[in-house]
Amino acid sequence: MAKAECTPKWNTLALRNRKTCPTPEKSFQTTFTPVSKDKNSQTAGHLAGGDTQSSNGPSGQFLARESIESPSKVLLMLVAGLSFSTRLYMITEPPHVCWDETHFGKMGSYYINRTFFFDVHPPLGKMLIGLAGYMSGYDGTFPFIKPGDKYENQNYWGMRGFCATLGSFLPIFAYLIVLELSNSCTAAIIAATLLIFDTGCITISQYILLDPILMFFIMAAVLSMVKFNQQRYRSFSASWWLWLVLTGINLAGALGVKFVGLFVIILVGLNTIWDLWRLLGDMSLSLVDIAKHFLARAFALILLPVILYVTIFAVHFVVLNKSGPGDGFFSSAFQSRLIGNNLHNASMPEYLAFGSTVTIKNLRIAGGYLHSHWHLYPEGVGARQQQVTAYLHKDYNNLWVVHRQQDNNSQSGNPDLVRHGDIVRLEHKETTRNLHSHLHEAPLTKKHFQVTGYGINGTGDANDLWQVEVCGGRKGDPVKVLRSKVRFLHRATGCVLYSSGKTLPKWGWEQIEVTCSPYLKETPSSQWNIEDHINPKLPNISLSVLKPNFLEILLESHIVMFRGNSGLKPKDNEMNSKPWHWPINYQGLRFSGVNATEYRVYLLGNPVVWWINLASLGLYLTMVAVASIATQRGFSLGQQRIGGGLLMLGWLLHYAPFFTMGRILYFHHYFPAMLFSSMLTGLTLDILFRSADLLLHPPYSYWFQRAGQLLLLFSILYSFYLFHPLSYGMTGPLAHEPGSAMADLKWMDSWEF
Amino acid sequence: MLEMLQLPLVVTAQVDLLLVLVSLLAFWTRLSHLNYPNAVVFDEVYYGQFVSLYMKRVFFIDDSGPPLGHMILASGAYLGGFDGNFVWNRIGAEYPSTVNVWSLRLLPALCGALCVPLVYLLTLELKFSHLSALGAAVLLLLENSLIVQSRFMLLESVLIFFVLLAFFSYLRFHNKPRPPSPYWLILSGVSCGAAVGVKYMGLFSYLLLLVVASLHTWKLIGDKTISHVILCLVVVPVLLYVFWFYVHLSFLNRSGPHDQLMSSAFQASLQGGLSRITRGQPLEVAYGSQVTLRSSVSQPIPCWLHSHKVNYPIRYDNGRGSSHQQQVTCYPFKDVNNWWIIKDPGRQQLVVDTPPRPVRHGDVIQLVHGMTSRFLNSHDVAAPMSPHTQEVSGYIDFNVSMPAQNLWRVDISNREAESEVWKTILSEVRLIHVNTSAVLKLSGVSLPDWGFRQLEVVADKLFKAHSSSLEWTVEEHRYGTSQEQKEREAELHSPTHIDVDRKISFWAKFVELQWKMLTVKQEESEHKYSSSPLEWITMETNIAYWLHSSTNAQIHLIGNPVSWGVANLSLLAYQLLAVVYLLRRRRGLKDVPDGVWDQFVCLGCVCVGGWLVNFVPFLLMDKTLFLYHYLPALCYLYLLSPALLEHAHTHLLRYAHQPLRALCVGALAVLLSIFLTYRTFCPLTYGSPELSAHQLQGLKWRDTWDILYRRR
Repeated sequence: MAKAECTPKWNTLALRNRKTCPTPEKSFQTTFTPVSKDKNSQTAGHLAGGDTQSSNGPSGQFLARESIESPSKVLLMLVAGLSFSTRLYMITEPPHVCWDETHFGKMGSYYINRTFFFDVHPPLGKMLIGLAGYMSGYDGTFPFIKPGDKYENQNYWGMRGFCATLGSFLPIFAYLIVLELSNSCTAAIIAATLLIFDTGCITISQYILLDPILMFFIMAAVLSMVKFNQQRYRSFSASWWLWLVLTGINLAGALGVKFVGLFVIILVGLNTIWDLWRLLGDMSLSLVDIAKHFLARAFALILLPVILYVTIFAVHFVVLNKSGPGDGFFSSAFQSRLIGNNLHNASMPEYLAFGSTVTIKNLRIAGGYLHSHWHLYPEGVGARQQQVTAYLHKDYNNLWVVHRQQDNNSQSGNPDLVRHGDIVRLEHKETTRNLHSHLHEAPLTKKHFQVTGYGINGTGDANDLWQVEVCGGRKGDPVKVLRSKVRFLHRATGCVLYSSGKTLPKWGWEQIEVTCSPYLKETPSSQWNIEDHINPKLPNISLSVLKPNFLEILLESHIVMFRGNSGLKPKDNEMNSKPWHWPINYQGLRFSGVNATEYRVYLLGNPVVWWINLASLGLYLTMVAVASIATQRGFSLGQQRIGGGLLMLGWLLHYAPFFTMGRILYFHHYFPAMLFSSMLTGLTLDILFRSADLLLHPPYSYWFQRAGQLLLLFSILYSFYLFHPLSYGMTGPLAHEPGSAMADLKWMDSWEF
Repeated sequence: MLEMLQLPLVVTAQVDLLLVLVSLLAFWTRLSHLNYPNAVVFDEVYYGQFVSLYMKRVFFIDDSGPPLGHMILASGAYLGGFDGNFVWNRIGAEYPSTVNVWSLRLLPALCGALCVPLVYLLTLELKFSHLSALGAAVLLLLENSLIVQSRFMLLESVLIFFVLLAFFSYLRFHNKPRPPSPYWLILSGVSCGAAVGVKYMGLFSYLLLLVVASLHTWKLIGDKTISHVILCLVVVPVLLYVFWFYVHLSFLNRSGPHDQLMSSAFQASLQGGLSRITRGQPLEVAYGSQVTLRSSVSQPIPCWLHSHKVNYPIRYDNGRGSSHQQQVTCYPFKDVNNWWIIKDPGRQQLVVDTPPRPVRHGDVIQLVHGMTSRFLNSHDVAAPMSPHTQEVSGYIDFNVSMPAQNLWRVDISNREAESEVWKTILSEVRLIHVNTSAVLKLSGVSLPDWGFRQLEVVADKLFKAHSSSLEWTVEEHRYGTSQEQKEREAELHSPTHIDVDRKISFWAKFVELQWKMLTVKQEESEHKYSSSPLEWITMETNIAYWLHSSTNAQIHLIGNPVSWGVANLSLLAYQLLAVVYLLRRRRGLKDVPDGVWDQFVCLGCVCVGGWLVNFVPFLLMDKTLFLYHYLPALCYLYLLSPALLEHAHTHLLRYAHQPLRALCVGALAVLLSIFLTYRTFCPLTYGSPELSAHQLQGLKWRDTWDILYRRR
């Protein structure tokens, strides 16, 4: 293999170095040849590692630089070739919808059809999928109804191929990052090999998913950041600016695909703070220089990403201009933008009148329509009367009829308008129950009162009466449809109709709780507007609703997304993935196929790779601990630090936050962290092999090092050979049944292939 | 002898009068009229039930915290001669004369009072002046919320006491000239163990202390002291923590209301309850044994494999069909229909041979329902609620070419040897269906009305490795002796009895109890007075603790708004100051000498760090939270405020006389207003005197506070 060419020379350097080092301890002795690709190797070399400088002579540096230049290019080509071939192999198999393709493929189609939808992730990933589909001739007509649907003649390969291409860049980026951090080809090639031959990384790259796109941006951001760090002594040069701006662009990309991109932003942010802190301590720089540095970073890493991120949303809203399934999540004003929505160029009676049929929408963002249905509150939750909830989707159960206090029959002639201060009774059109409240605790918000549906066909009691109040209005003001903010005050208890935003449990069909709040403060939660208004006796007037400006739309869509995200709670009785499962590869995800006869794909990491990663994390921490204790006790290691800290931080940032998340979690959430972990493994194992000469004499240590590298390579390749059916598909009996090809490979009982 | 007498008899004592004064005041504010109101106040209703159980030595689980807190409350009750005969059922219930209220509330109040001198001493150990120490003590002394929380049978004051004690004794150890005596360190370790033992929140303060200690020790690595530090600050607390559980488990040895959450083996170790039923059961399950099979899942409720003379409906509501055979469910109550008989498929008889032939791991058996004599059966029919799994039924032959598939293989998952015998209570068994290799499983879903809302039992093919829903244990067991069905029914109705004693080790019990405490899920519900952590900083909410049954006298958890504001200000000021200092030091501008800088950093580590670790975790929690959860964090801020003021006074404003004077006057004014607000809120703190509705209205300083008025 090509990597053999670069390592021997490294090793001789290592040996020379070693003799000057008095340490008896086993610690992470990196050999370092402070080489960088920069031409001015003396200064650049200084920085490559950070604080302390090694004792290598110039001859060593030149020697090493020549040795690293050419093979790294060859190796890079090799990595790229292998990476693309493993990812693009059998890309069109299986020819049916797999797992979340049903969501993201569908959303790609929505872009092609310009139909508005709602998703909990920002739009960039789906926009790119849509674009890839459009470029490859997909016409957006495939419905993506459920996993397992056959694609037939649709051009789905373009979207898959796009994701796989981005996924193929991951090993290449990993190679470059590790090379940049450690200046060791061996470390870089280990990291790249781990990723190329990981079945999990292959599987997740091969389908129409957001993850390959997200990981592409994450790794690109890290690479640009590392490259930028290397430029630190060439401030404000063209390449310095290039990498800085590239970092910012990739950050925007990562956040634009999924909110998980926030973690890499934090990583870059911490790195930048550390960098600025270093500059601040550099007394040779004037405050003006530091201010320049600060402003440059603020521009490229804050301002630029924000602008790009906002632009993504702007494109999103411009492209999606037709009404679609996501309308109900948004406010009435928002909906009026969408072609085909009933509020677009709406035409309805302008003022609310008695006898009208209306839908009533809460003004809190993602507040939902006032809703009721035949189901009762369960026993133990207030009175056992009919449920009243807020519901985000448009539905005939959202219709209410406005009645006077007493009469139920329609009047002749022009109906009277409802005015500020009038007493009304709201009757649910479908069930003919009245909106009702009483002094029982609300189901979730115990400080509020319960709201129910009560009575039937117009009979009821005094608790069914509500006073209409137009916010900012005076007695006698009419209620404008869509534009007036209305509050409903309960006559008997004096409380105000309120949507708490909390999701009811299963008995309430996971709709949103509606209560009657005794706290009369005016908040959007207690304000409602009349959205649909049907009254055949009144003339329809075309209404142009005040169109919201772009910032309002942006803010609203974010709040809706966050609500949606936190609403994804794990259901009871559902086996859900726990964060501690992930690094040990405890359980995968079924992408396609359940039965023996089906074409099955199972997302599971290559166990050898993942367990090596896990062990390396421990090894790295041990080595750091031993080294820092040794330093503290006065042994001079005379060595420089390696870039492992950055990768460790990256791993932590992409993994630890999941422990605090209440939302439902899946195995694939670990993959960004796994990338960092693999890169760290490359560094750690490289150092481990090279530390062999602490224990062994020169020829043996060299052999040991060689043997270790070969063993590692062989075990990764062999395990890939064993487990490759997980990614490329398998048929036949399930693994726990006799006669299966995978029978001996079910190393953990929890794997379900 | 003579020489001794020639010396003058001298006692030299230095008494810090300030310390004595604040201590006396603290005792007076916390302990006076302790038995008023003579009624159950707020969470006393919660802790009280456990105190009662302690007095009766009845086992219970409380997931809110480790047992030391309950033990402390119970020891107060023990001192007062409380016999546990009081039903804690509602807030405001009057205590009968037999309950010594004073002693119940004494220990928390003592701890609360001792916090005040501790804060004084802690400020001194942080190397600030006596005046600062006095300031901190006064802030704590006049904090209405701390007074309220100390005066009742609640645990926050105990927690705060131990945390402060741990920090104080650690700093005392650290500040002593070398070589220091280890006593302070031991005391620190013990208080850490106690703090964690009272409430889990103590863990975060303990971790902070460990971080501070390891920062200090890092410089001395290789010194001898490091082993002391590890021993005292790591080993001692861990041992103590386990010790609390040891006491808890050895003291509570009677069965009680929470038995059913625990495993059968655990229950059998308690007196009464299950052990009375199972005492003397045969250990080894044999062919012909009559058993009840309990699912290892105890969430949401424990249940037993059950069948009854009702069949599955032919069609379910959603139109799917069933086998229409007899229902098999999991039933959460003891019932005669929970009995099953283990039958050898090769033989007809349902009685135990002499000698009994035990069932071993890997054996194939049939299970016969005791009352209906139906065989436990499974087949390729979708289960009623979980259609991806197989239905389990009591087999009825309808002659529709649906043959009986009633063989089950016994798989003992916690076996030690391959040929292990199936043991009552101890063995966890999976029943693997021989024809389909599916495993008998509790799906956890309730059946609809046709299944009497009992829990669904299915057979699942794709089994997960370690899911307790697949494990079953034999709980009640006896050797069957009657061949005839009628006799057998009578036998099943009769209670079991024979004599053997089974014990499980303390460690097994400890691990099980600890695991259950951490995983017991309480239903999330919002309380009328619960609040979110961000509301605490500005004290948006209060909690009504008690309202007199006929008058307007009431007790509220409301902090002293002025002190609260001072605390927030000092938190902000410290952070600002720290940032400015850091940036300037980085540029080589040292505003304060290194010694003072170290003192400033140490203050920040303890106080701001303490606030953070006691506040931030709540932001991530899904629990129902109350204002009183903020009190430990608040104490750290009260420690910070005067120290920061002193720092500003001595180092920042050294040469500016005008602002210096303004600062002193300002501090005095703030102290005065703290005292005045304390006086103002006293009626709500002590519950007397009774205020008129109008006066109460005046005390409602924020709109969001809930103060109760009686309409007259």
